[in-house]
Amino acid sequence: MAVATLGLLATIVLEILYKGSADTIGFETWRPVVYAYVLWGVAIGIGQVLTRGEDGQRALFLLPALLFTIAMVIFPTLFGFYIALTDWNLSSFSGRKFNGLDNFWQMLADPYYRNALFNMVLYVLAVAVEYVIAFGLALLLNAQIRARKFFRVVFLMPLMLSPVAVSWMIGKSLMEYRFGPAATLARHLGWENPAFFSDPIIARISIMILDAWTFIPFMMIMLLAGLQAMSREVLEAARVDGANAWQTFWQVTFPLMLPVSVTAVILRIIFKLKLADIIITVTSGGPGGATDSVSSFIYREYRDRSNVGYGTMLAMAYLVIIVVFVTWLLKFANRFVRNVN
Amino acid sequence: MSVQTTEYVASEIRSPASFLASRVFIYGALAFWAFICLFPIYWTITTSFKTAVDVTQGHLIPFVDFQPDWKGWRSLGLSPDSIFQTSTVREEFLKRFMNSVITSVGASSLAIVIGSLAAYGLTRYRYHFAWFKNEDISFFFLSQLILPPVVLALPFLVLYREVGLLDTRIGLILLYTLMVLPIVIWIMRDQFNSIPVELEEAALVDGLSIWGAFFRIVMPIALPGMVAAFILAMVLCWNEYFFAALLTSTDAKTIPVMVASQTGSQGINWWSMAALATAAIAPLAVIGIALERYLIMGMTAGAVK
Repeated sequence: MAVATLGLLATIVLEILYKGSADTIGFETWRPVVYAYVLWGVAIGIGQVLTRGEDGQRALFLLPALLFTIAMVIFPTLFGFYIALTDWNLSSFSGRKFNGLDNFWQMLADPYYRNALFNMVLYVLAVAVEYVIAFGLALLLNAQIRARKFFRVVFLMPLMLSPVAVSWMIGKSLMEYRFGPAATLARHLGWENPAFFSDPIIARISIMILDAWTFIPFMMIMLLAGLQAMSREVLEAARVDGANAWQTFWQVTFPLMLPVSVTAVILRIIFKLKLADIIITVTSGGPGGATDSVSSFIYREYRDRSNVGYGTMLAMAYLVIIVVFVTWLLKFANRFVRNVN
Repeated sequence: MSVQTTEYVASEIRSPASFLASRVFIYGALAFWAFICLFPIYWTITTSFKTAVDVTQGHLIPFVDFQPDWKGWRSLGLSPDSIFQTSTVREEFLKRFMNSVITSVGASSLAIVIGSLAAYGLTRYRYHFAWFKNEDISFFFLSQLILPPVVLALPFLVLYREVGLLDTRIGLILLYTLMVLPIVIWIMRDQFNSIPVELEEAALVDGLSIWGAFFRIVMPIALPGMVAAFILAMVLCWNEYFFAALLTSTDAKTIPVMVASQTGSQGINWWSMAALATAAIAPLAVIGIALERYLIMGMTAGAVK
């Protein structure tokens, strides 16, 4: 018991130290605060075990991850909301100043941000096409074929490779206007002027294709797992009942695959909402901001203009939109699956 | 196996012609998509052996269209004739490469450790912190997956500057851990759920503590899942660009940032670009081929119930 109180006392002392060091400006950087937080976490863990015995040992499983995530997410997000209300520009010397909702009004009037949001809608809609292709590929891999493992590895390849390196090589060299093989092929197919990134609409489609190339394998693998988990008896029964392949697919396979499909599509949409690196490397938003995703736009807002305050406001607005959208999506998907089954 | 053979027979009896047509279609589609997947990789590798003329004329097949040259690799200091000479580019490249290795291995390991512990706790015990129950805690962890990097990037930029973690590998490791933690917890939860509780109950009766049972009994069984989660986390960290581009400048720069910053003032050196890209994707290509089974296991965890 004495040791237990000692542990608790140490925790409390450390907590005070934690608070105290945040107030004093004696340290060169705030790094001691980080160390204090880690020590505080360790002390909490020890205290838990000593005071609560077995229950404490159980809590110890969860504590590291919990303390880590809270420190890494909650604090920066709150801090972000504060920055969003300042006119902080790293390249200006006047420092930050609280300017209330100015950034917010500026955001509402910003045509480039609206364009980026609109692009996100388009990019998310492209998931539908990716889904169809991924489903097709999963069906192919699930058919009676030889060398299935070989094809599976090959089809998985794009997902493994660094999007930056690949988009460099595909976007900038393979689709290069003068000599890229893709451009040459397009000329042979009758497209006179195969410039993949100069027309706004074609540039968007090119970006979608690049992104799809990377991420189709992701959905494909999930759908393939769903297909393989499906019982053969059901399909056999459908065949015995005289259904042809087309009917079997629409009336048996597809409905049974619905839950997996929904999971795959939702995860894919969540990844899609983070889309940035391909756009930054290939077009850096061009032509004229036409291909910008929200992430790449904010990235350039910081990199080119050092506009931390405004950029953060955009990011926070995006976060709110995403949270609302994904919550709605999950609800909708739940109801959808339940209605069909 | 018997089911499959009868299927073959049945469809062959129905109509040999349509069977043949479906075979042709299936293999045609497979070959077509394999081509789409592999051609960019082929293009990247061959371009790294091309000289300027070969690139601009769009030559494709080595030894037939063009004579392979070590030019691209020489500019990285990695070709056979320059490998023993000192090369600043090579040192730069190796430094970036090591940064990538250290950050991705470090972040994945950290995520595996704290993620597995949390996942284990969540599948085995009932918690309530204040008004949070198990489901809420799980949701809290998984919801981090939604968080787009941009939201955290700028606050972290400022915070890291204050804390002195800007442009350090530790800073990057912490962020990457945060990024892959939800995925690790997702996979490991699925993994632990598939292990029967009776095993641990027996161990507890035999006198092991809770943590003893976890390390001696559960961990060895869950090892494949941990490998799967680790590899998936590795892939994500290795390919990450956004945070690395914003938060590192000289010391902790990783390979993707180096690749992206190769646009020189006098145009693009395709051959050295391609060599660099090849070097950046090669490690993961090897991992992908060798450990494909684990990757698939990681990606499909929890998807199929």
